[in-house]
Amino acid sequence: MVAVKVESVFRVRGVTKVYQMGDVQVHALRGVDLELYPGEFMVILGASGSGKSTLLNILGGLDTPSSGSVAFRDHDLSGAGEDERTRYRREHVGFVFQFYNLIAGLTALENVSLVAEISPHPLEPTEALALVGLGERKDHYPSQLSGGEQQRVAIARAIGKRPDVLLCDEPTGALDIVTGIVVLDAIATANRQLGTLTVVITHNASIASMADRVVTMVDGRIAKIECNEHKKSAHDLVW
Amino acid sequence: MRTLDRMLFSDLLRMWRQGTAISLLLACGIATFVMSTSAMQSLDRSREFYYSEYRFADVFSSLTRAPNEIANRLRNIDGVAQVQNRIVRSVLLDLPDMIEPASCQIVSIDNEPSHGLNRIFLRQGRLPINAGRNEVIASESFANAHNLRPGDKLNVTMDGRKETIRIVGVGLSPEYVYAVQPGLLLTDNRRFGVLWMPRRQMEAAFNIEGAFNSVTIAMQPKASTAEVIYQMDRILKPYGGNGAFTRHDQESNRRLMDEMHQMRSMAYVTPFIFLSVASFLFNIVLTRLVHQQREQIASLRAFGYTRFEIALHYFKFLVILVVIGSLLGCVIGWRMSRWMTDMYTVFFRFPVLHREFATREALIAISIGFIAAIAGGFSALVRVVRMEPAVAMRPEPPQAFCGSILDRMGLAWSVSPLLRMILRRLEANRRATILSVLGVAMGLAILVLGSFMRDTIAFVLDSQFGRSQRQDVMLTFNEPLSSSAFHDSLHLPGVLCVEPFRTVPIRLKHGARQYRLGLMGLIENPSLYRVLDAQLQPIRLPERQGLTITKKLAELLEVRLGDELIVEVLENGRSPMSLPITAVFANYTDPAAYINRLDLHRLMGESERLSGVFLSVDALEMNNLYAAVKKTPSVAGVLDNNAARKNFQDMIQENTRLLRLFNSVFGALIAFGVIYNAALITLAESGRDLATLRVIGFSRSEVATILLGELAIITLLAIPVGIPIGYFFSYLATLAIDTETHRFPLVVAIDTFAYATSTILLSALFSAWMVRRMLNKLDLLSVLKVKVS
Repeated sequence: MVAVKVESVFRVRGVTKVYQMGDVQVHALRGVDLELYPGEFMVILGASGSGKSTLLNILGGLDTPSSGSVAFRDHDLSGAGEDERTRYRREHVGFVFQFYNLIAGLTALENVSLVAEISPHPLEPTEALALVGLGERKDHYPSQLSGGEQQRVAIARAIGKRPDVLLCDEPTGALDIVTGIVVLDAIATANRQLGTLTVVITHNASIASMADRVVTMVDGRIAKIECNEHKKSAHDLVW
Repeated sequence: MRTLDRMLFSDLLRMWRQGTAISLLLACGIATFVMSTSAMQSLDRSREFYYSEYRFADVFSSLTRAPNEIANRLRNIDGVAQVQNRIVRSVLLDLPDMIEPASCQIVSIDNEPSHGLNRIFLRQGRLPINAGRNEVIASESFANAHNLRPGDKLNVTMDGRKETIRIVGVGLSPEYVYAVQPGLLLTDNRRFGVLWMPRRQMEAAFNIEGAFNSVTIAMQPKASTAEVIYQMDRILKPYGGNGAFTRHDQESNRRLMDEMHQMRSMAYVTPFIFLSVASFLFNIVLTRLVHQQREQIASLRAFGYTRFEIALHYFKFLVILVVIGSLLGCVIGWRMSRWMTDMYTVFFRFPVLHREFATREALIAISIGFIAAIAGGFSALVRVVRMEPAVAMRPEPPQAFCGSILDRMGLAWSVSPLLRMILRRLEANRRATILSVLGVAMGLAILVLGSFMRDTIAFVLDSQFGRSQRQDVMLTFNEPLSSSAFHDSLHLPGVLCVEPFRTVPIRLKHGARQYRLGLMGLIENPSLYRVLDAQLQPIRLPERQGLTITKKLAELLEVRLGDELIVEVLENGRSPMSLPITAVFANYTDPAAYINRLDLHRLMGESERLSGVFLSVDALEMNNLYAAVKKTPSVAGVLDNNAARKNFQDMIQENTRLLRLFNSVFGALIAFGVIYNAALITLAESGRDLATLRVIGFSRSEVATILLGELAIITLLAIPVGIPIGYFFSYLATLAIDTETHRFPLVVAIDTFAYATSTILLSALFSAWMVRRMLNKLDLLSVLKVKVS
């Protein structure tokens, strides 16, 4: 468990998010308070519609809350404009998506370099790829890689900029168990070796046992926060 | 099916941008087709109606003078239905609004003009009455050019006497649909007109009682024209008959038919190119559009809709786009055809303009568009419909890339990843890229095609007026005059230099081929009126050689350099002679034949005679010259070269302005349509990439670079492709408008290429702006949530 006195990376206070869907108001978040700390591995669990993706999007600067505040270190994200949030994502955030979202026209190495080029302190792209175990396949295009390999390139791309926070949205959602484990292992390695605050959202409860802390969300609220005394490695997971 | 129909409606709403762009492309193609063919049919129909209702004659002849009884002998020729003998004279008018005199033909009309040939359509006023003194009807274009109305008076020199004539009516005749002064390429309504005067008055004014000098004949159906002409020539020969000719050689009709021929060719060539381009683009865009629908089609198949039902659904989609494009095209084309027909009435005068809609051609154009749509949509639709639903529902695997040319050259490192992305995408989608480049190139080519005519005409103008006909004024005499006329001309005010010429109506024969024209006798090495070859080099006409003819005439007569031609003089009944062709040269004017003036005199068996003179005049003395010419009874025609040039330029400008505008708008629209569609499709296909880039921290403008960079590359590649295609289209157009009397050189100025290129670039910039606006609205989250790229 991370010591409470360490200064938090994110401070989320009373965040709500309301979407207007035609005539209906959808309350995606109904008052969320949360602190996230450097180097921690957090898993956010929740069913579909529980608000976990909305929370991740707000943390990643893709969306803004309807009310409440989100602070990244001493920056207020809740009131940030489009340009400011773009700069925030560019400098501090690494994203991993369920469907990899690699640029089909660029090789694995180029996908990673793409991010390295716009970051102030990037990793060597080859180093980032080596970290996820894909050093050998760097010159392959996404169409020449398996799903798991594509997802690992996506992780390398995300960590390539040496982000302060790595946000993963259902990173194993589109993968089978064996591949999923390889991918989770890559995420855990990045978290361990680079000390990057890592947030993984999933509806797969087994993944929770890898985390330092597990946040469970229900109906737009945090239902509970648990700390894992003994983290499992990805290879020990069963689902 | 009702649910599918509702879906069709929502699909249309959703894709309105692409739908509009596609329909607009088709509309452009159909509009030009409908415009040209409708305008042409309107003119054709107006002409037919005019010729038949107003009894345009079939055969014409002029002569020196014959007693009226001779007309009865003409009436007795087999196959002749009606004969109209009359008096036609050229006169000079002194008009208050012009320094130079205007040339006019006065044509006699009978007591009962409603029964004769070449009847007059009275637009204003009344017919002249015999008892009235010097009453005339003025031709409408001339009257309009000078603002003349019934009641106005004109000063005219008739047979050496100054007279005042009174306009009582304004009218038109099928003989002068296109009234043009002999020797000019284009009509000049201010300087040339026709007046109709009662026969009695003309007989008195020109001292030609009981005789005629012109005759027109209507033939009986199925009569032999050659036989009638032979008999006419035989009868009129003793009276100075100049050789009878058919409508084919009648000045106004020949010009009209030539113009119609050019229009007919242009009516098919340009719009056909347009329509092909539009159909081609229609095809590209639809193929990609249907491909984008793959998941939706798979869902429908999964729900249990049959392949046929789905095919029908998309078929309806295509039909709606085609119908919208066709309707739009027909309405715009119809509207534009009215403008175009109106524009032609500046040149061609008809009493009633029949506005025709080229229904058959419109249907053909629509069918072509429709077939293009089906062909475009069909292959894509078949591919998708054949696909098993489960396969189509699965996310498409990432598109396979194998690197761009830079990668193969090992130079990929030299460009940024974004540029690498663009290049690889363009190369991976090779077919689509080539088609887009071709599409934009076609837009550029059409712009060149729509504008090059100005360059060609400017070139012809420059060679005609600037280099070939360098005289300031041409005077033509009532009848050939002795050499003293040369000296008299030298003493006219302001005259710096005089060059005499003799022109004689002849018929050139070679085997079964023959051509009627005026043989021009010039001095050996003229400095004012020069005969120039295609390289604009002057041609000398040495004595005792032979004929120098234009290439066009050589082709018409199927002769080559050195061949002998039979020359039949139509003026004084000399026996035909044989002359060799000593030079053939290419030029851009009417078919013409030249000979040394002294040889022509020998051919005619005459002493030195002049038909007219070319004058170089001191510009400051122009007024005095004209004042003197107006007092000279022997001068029948005055042609001011500078005025003619200006008139020519104004008319061409007026004539081509509208067409150029249409073509520019269409060319720009086509380019816009292609670029905008390419952008929409790229956005649809790589929207996910773009959204990913935004999420990982690329700014809007960096992301826009990718999309706009792709468009920029397509546009830039299209320029070097479009320029030669445009040049080729222009070449096709010059072939299409090659008529018996006109041959246009292919001249495309750099300006035209620059204009076409900048229009395309502007069009591309506009598309880019639209795309940028769309990118700004791109919802990155929703794009990423969808799994199919």
